[in-house]
Amino acid sequence: MNIPADLLYTKDHEWVRIEGDIATVGITDFAQSELGDIVFVEIETLGQTLEREAVFGSVEAVKTVSDLYLPVSGEIVEVNEKINSNPELVNSDPYGEGWMIKVKLSDPSDRSGLLSASEYQQLIGA
Amino acid sequence: MKQTALTHIHRSLGAKMVPFAGFEMPVQYEGLIAEHHAVRQAVGVFDVSHMGEFLIQGPEALDLVQSLTTNDASKLYPGKVQYSCMTNDQGGIVDDLLVYMLAENSYMLVVNASNIEKDFLWIQSRNIYDAQLTDVSDQTSLLAVQGPKATEALQTLTDVQLGTMGYYTFVKGRMADVDDVIISATGYTGAGGFELYVPNQAAEHLWRAVLEAGQAYGIKPCGLGARDTLRLEKAFCLYGNDIDDTTNPIEAGLGWITKFTKTFTASEIIRQIKEKGPSRRLVGFEMIDRGIPRQHYSIHDAEGHSIGHVTSGTQSPTLGKAIGLGYVPISHSAPGTEIFIDIRGRHLRARVVKTPFL
Repeated sequence: MNIPADLLYTKDHEWVRIEGDIATVGITDFAQSELGDIVFVEIETLGQTLEREAVFGSVEAVKTVSDLYLPVSGEIVEVNEKINSNPELVNSDPYGEGWMIKVKLSDPSDRSGLLSASEYQQLIGA
Repeated sequence: MKQTALTHIHRSLGAKMVPFAGFEMPVQYEGLIAEHHAVRQAVGVFDVSHMGEFLIQGPEALDLVQSLTTNDASKLYPGKVQYSCMTNDQGGIVDDLLVYMLAENSYMLVVNASNIEKDFLWIQSRNIYDAQLTDVSDQTSLLAVQGPKATEALQTLTDVQLGTMGYYTFVKGRMADVDDVIISATGYTGAGGFELYVPNQAAEHLWRAVLEAGQAYGIKPCGLGARDTLRLEKAFCLYGNDIDDTTNPIEAGLGWITKFTKTFTASEIIRQIKEKGPSRRLVGFEMIDRGIPRQHYSIHDAEGHSIGHVTSGTQSPTLGKAIGLGYVPISHSAPGTEIFIDIRGRHLRARVVKTPFL
């Protein structure tokens, strides 16, 4: 299971890369493998300011559907357009081309609720 | 959790294992969509050993089968298979099943894994005939080899002329050096192919032989995930989803296997339903708006009234669109009718279509 050491994670299987006051968010390799083949990702919260753990979208796989939870509080300033037409990128490259949103952080120093790679690894028992 | 004779092989192939009907079963290996396409375009092999097999034997075996099932088993001859269902006293469906006529006075019923115990007790309770009932589920393994290349691939393993076998017929023959394999031209994918019944001891050998023989044809081991999307594209009913103890064969679209040339459990009730017409019907629909219907989602009319529910739904890998089955009133059952599916709080547009979808 791929768990890059330089990212932060949530118990809901999202990952976050924080650069300055912008956080890039996606779902983990573990999450995509649990979901199976992803058919589309629905994110209709562009421009909204949401609290940490709010639902910012959903991901529909062939077999199941799952909510997407915001790992950090802030404004959703960008949605990855590429996964609209190529949702399989979330399966094939969850930490790269399969990223989902960028968030302008309400508090760039706030790391509450976020896990390190080793903590996340422990959580999923990998 | 029960295992099949092949569970250890599925694990070694890296399958994702899930509990299903009390069994630990592979839901997918490399990926559902790749497995689905392998079956539609080439060939795939499924371990479906969780299915149940009962033998009904004795001088009145046919009488028992006829009294329990909706289809006319007197039309069977040795080597012929029939799709049928068992009804309860209210006209609901106890199970849908395959009936094999093995020989004179000897039948095999193939039932859903989730219903093995229920079915056995049901048949036992209705066995007022001189017929012996035996559950051989635990000794029997079942491989489904499905797809347009299944015949060619399997032909390398047997002298039985597979290409000349009719749909829903079977032979008992030698395959991959295993004697007395029930080679059955049946399946749950609509892609053509065979189902192979063998004793558990032979299952691993046959599985490996099939994978090897299929290699040149692009065979993939396939899980229950692909089995479900494949059957849904063909609108084959899944027990527990589309049919159950509360649905009758007529509203479920199984009138074609319900024959009133004989009597069976609740046949009079069902005959009346057929005469008057059912109040609702299982229909196929495809989504117009973007969304994937799933079991238990409610179906609404244009005014927002709840009119039924989704029994199965998925994204069709072959068609590239979201499809589903569900019960709606007759007034909303005609192809072309616009209906609305409540997908996580939003009423999304869908259209009733003819089935099969593919």
